[in-house]
Amino acid sequence: MSDTKIVDARDTFCPGPLMELITHMKQSNVGDTLELLSTDEGSGADVPEWVNKVGHEIISNEKVDGVWHIKIRKAK
Amino acid sequence: MRILVVGGGTGGTIVANNLARRLAAEIRARRVRITMLSASDRHMYQPGLLYVAFGQMTPDQLYRDQASLLEESIDFHVDPAEQFQLDQNRVVTKSGKVHEYDILVMATGSRIVPEQIPGLAEGAETFYTEATAVKMFKRLREMQEGTVAVVVGVPHKCPIAPVELIFGLHDYFKARGIRDKIRIKYHYPIGRIHTIKEVAVWAQPQFDRMGIEYETLFNVGEVDVENKVVRSEEGTETKYDMLIAIPPHRGMETIEANQLGEGGWIPTDRFKLTMNGHDNVFVLGDTTNLPVSKTGSAAHFQAEVVAENIASMVKIGTPVRDYDGKVYCFIETGHDSATYAMFNYQNPPDLKPPSKPMHWFKMSYNQMYWTSVRGLL
Repeated sequence: MSDTKIVDARDTFCPGPLMELITHMKQSNVGDTLELLSTDEGSGADVPEWVNKVGHEIISNEKVDGVWHIKIRKAK
Repeated sequence: MRILVVGGGTGGTIVANNLARRLAAEIRARRVRITMLSASDRHMYQPGLLYVAFGQMTPDQLYRDQASLLEESIDFHVDPAEQFQLDQNRVVTKSGKVHEYDILVMATGSRIVPEQIPGLAEGAETFYTEATAVKMFKRLREMQEGTVAVVVGVPHKCPIAPVELIFGLHDYFKARGIRDKIRIKYHYPIGRIHTIKEVAVWAQPQFDRMGIEYETLFNVGEVDVENKVVRSEEGTETKYDMLIAIPPHRGMETIEANQLGEGGWIPTDRFKLTMNGHDNVFVLGDTTNLPVSKTGSAAHFQAEVVAENIASMVKIGTPVRDYDGKVYCFIETGHDSATYAMFNYQNPPDLKPPSKPMHWFKMSYNQMYWTSVRGLL
């Protein structure tokens, strides 16, 4: 497995955290781990909703000092 | 001081012209030289492609000679950069010419890559090139009834385009008197109909009013051209009669070939607009890896910051301001009204009700662009 790749989408409205994550997921290989940083309040729910629907894996999801840190493993 | 601008699109052209005026005295005194490398001798107004797709503009209206847009002091070459030797401050062009620089501006832009999704290039119409915009309009004229499906690749240039396309389709078929025979279904990659929450909240009742069907969390996985079915990575599918795609994009091949950034996007400081690890390399527009809209507007505002900072580096030895993430996007809401979204890193957009004067302003801007790209507006 490769190192965790940070996707820093803090303080962005467009393209926004989930769209940024999808971009980076498409550039990654199966098995890669990405950590999304987001200040969008909705990310804590929006991101797992997509990750679960498409079939990737949420490793962790926590909010630290106002920033969502969501780790995802690309599964397919 | 040798300033080399790579790329003759919106960002590169505004930077070069802005610098040529700010540094006019230094250029006359031969203390500064500005060189631009571009792949083309023509400059396209890319937002005009949406109008071509609806038969409201013809392709010839989208172009100007690049040299005619540049200040005379800019040394312009149609000779694209192929090798970037950043450790030696050198760029080698396609023709083999070597350009040494003190400051490099990277404004190479992005490209569509519909071929990355099986069947998309063959099965979908799009309006992101001159040829495909014309082809899309011809297909629209042929449509008499059936389902028009709209899908959105990631990442893509002009994030407002999917919404503008829907408004345009509704008005186009309504004007032909066949809107009741056309089903329009919109598909979007995330869990609402636009990535900007404020735009999604504003647009959803408009979609409902127009009778637009929509499916969210739909990332295009493949197109079955023979059976006219588009399938999502999330496991759903839609049957269509005409498929229109906002194609996925990547950075330019030369960026990837020189290993300057994954996906062709160069890692860039979001405030300084310098390439990470290279303080004398500025990056702007689609070329950056920033979480900022890939639009001419972003390139324009970034270009003003880059030009001001390079000029101040020449004059006082230091850059003077940061990019604040500013973007201003017109939103055409059909063929006779428009609104806009303006935002930066800290402040979300506050959308106003669409109006005819805003549409007229957009139509005027389509011509004013040529003043803007000269760095005069």
